[in-house]
Amino acid sequence: MATQTASGRSRNGQKAEAKPFAKAADGPDEQEPGHAEGRSPIERLVEAVARAIRARVPVADLDERDPDYIRESLPAQWLVASLWFRGEVRGLGNIPEDGPVLLVGNHSGGNMSPDSLVFTLAFSTYFGVERRFHQLAHNLLLSMPGLGFLRSYGTVAASPENARQALSSGAALLVYPGGDHEVHRPTWEGNQIDFDGRRGFVRLALEHDVPIVPVVAIGGQETALFLSRGEGLARLLMLDKLLRLKVLPISVAVPWGLNVGDMLGHIPLPAKITVEVLPAIDLREQFGPEPDVGEVYDHVVTTMQETLEALAAERRLPILG
Amino acid sequence: MRVQAAIDIVAPPQLVWGFVTDPTRYLHFMDGVTRWEVASEQVSGCGARYRTLMRVGSAEVGGLVEIVEHEQPRELAWTSVTGIDQRGRWRLRARANGARTRVELRLQYGVAGAGVLGWLAEQVAAPAVRENLRRSLRELKRQAEHEQARAAAAARRAAAAAAAVPTRR
Repeated sequence: MATQTASGRSRNGQKAEAKPFAKAADGPDEQEPGHAEGRSPIERLVEAVARAIRARVPVADLDERDPDYIRESLPAQWLVASLWFRGEVRGLGNIPEDGPVLLVGNHSGGNMSPDSLVFTLAFSTYFGVERRFHQLAHNLLLSMPGLGFLRSYGTVAASPENARQALSSGAALLVYPGGDHEVHRPTWEGNQIDFDGRRGFVRLALEHDVPIVPVVAIGGQETALFLSRGEGLARLLMLDKLLRLKVLPISVAVPWGLNVGDMLGHIPLPAKITVEVLPAIDLREQFGPEPDVGEVYDHVVTTMQETLEALAAERRLPILG
Repeated sequence: MRVQAAIDIVAPPQLVWGFVTDPTRYLHFMDGVTRWEVASEQVSGCGARYRTLMRVGSAEVGGLVEIVEHEQPRELAWTSVTGIDQRGRWRLRARANGARTRVELRLQYGVAGAGVLGWLAEQVAAPAVRENLRRSLRELKRQAEHEQARAAAAARRAAAAAAAVPTRR
C-alpha cells in the first residue's frame, strides 16, 4: 500500500456530537489560541506546553503498522493479559473473517486502559497479525514519550480522516466513541456505556458501508479508584481550548496515591478483564437503505449496555471478577 | 518449547489413524482447540492446510498449518504457515500384534524473535498446553476405544446372526 498520511487539520468548529471519537486529532495549526498579549503567565505557560505537545503528535501513516513487530510482541502482551488481567475474550467469531469492519468498544481504565491490550492481543492471535487492524487513540497518548511503539501496532491519532483511510484500506478499525469522557468516568459508573452522544461512528460506518461490531469490556474501571473526570479543572486550566482535553481526571491509583491528570499513567490493579464481541450489525440490512443515525446509535448503545449489565451480573467480586 | 504426551489405546492403529487424519473430529477430542478448519481444497494428506486455534491463557493462539508428513498409519506432522511458530506430530505405533496402539502427540511452539519474554511466555504456557494434550489423548482414547468396542459388538452380532440362520432351517 502506498504511504498515506493524515494529520486531521481541518475540523475547526466541528460539533461534539459529529465526532466519531473522543477527541479528534489536532494538527499543529489548529485552534491556535491567538496572540499572547493580554494573557496571564499561566495561560502563556499552558499555551507553550500545548504547542510542544501538539508538535509531538505524529502524522498518521497506516504503513507504520508492522506485523512482524506485533507478532514478536505477542508473548509479552500475552503474559500481561493472561497473568495480570486474566483476560477473557468471547465471541471473536462474530467479527467478519475479512474486509473492513468498524469495531466499536466501550473504554475503561484511564490512560492505562487494559481492555485495549486484552482485545488487540485476542484479535491479533485469532485473525493473525497479517490482517490489517488499526486503532484510534487520543493525540496525547501518541505524543507521549516512550509510546511511539503504539504506531507499530497500527494505532493512529483519532480523526475522521484517519478512520476513513483505515477503512478504505480494508482494515478492521477499533474506535472508542466515548474516548476520554468514558475512560475516566468514576468507578461507580463502571457498568455504564457512556459515549456522550458521539454519533460520528455511525456516520462513518454508513459512509463506508461497513458493519459495526460492538465490543463490550468490563473490569477496566476497577484497575484504580476513579473519582472524577475533573471537567471543571480542565476548563479552569483551559485544557479544553488548548489541547481539546475536556477532562483532567482525578483518581486514586498505584503508585501515586492521588493521581491528577493520569498523564504519567499508573500501575493498574489486576482486575479481571472480560470482553464480549457481539454479532455484527449490517446497518442497511437492519435499518433500511437510509438508516436514521440516532436510531442506530440508540440501538448500538442499548445493545452494549444490556451486554455490559449481563457481564456485571457475572462478576462476584470487584477486581477478582 | 516442546511439549508432548503419550497414551496406549486399545484399538488398532488404523482406527486411531482415522481420528487423527479427520479434521472434522478435532473439535470433538482436542481439548482447548477452538478451531480446526480445512483451509485448502485438499482435505487430508501432505499439503492439506488447516486453520487452527487453541485457547491458552487469555488468547486463542494458532494459525494456518500445513501437513508435511503423512505416513499411514504411523506419522502425521504439520508445520505452521502463519501465526505462531509451531510443529506438531502424531506418532502411532502398533502394540500387541496390532490390537493396541501407542499414541504420542508432540507440539513445538514459540515466536521467533520474541526474546526473553517470548521464552518466558513459552514456559508459562507449557503446563496449560501439556494439560490440553493429555486431556486430548484421554478423550481420543475414550472415543477410539468406544468405536472399537462398537465395531467389535457389531461384528459379534453379525457373526451370531450368520450362525443362527442355518440352525433355523
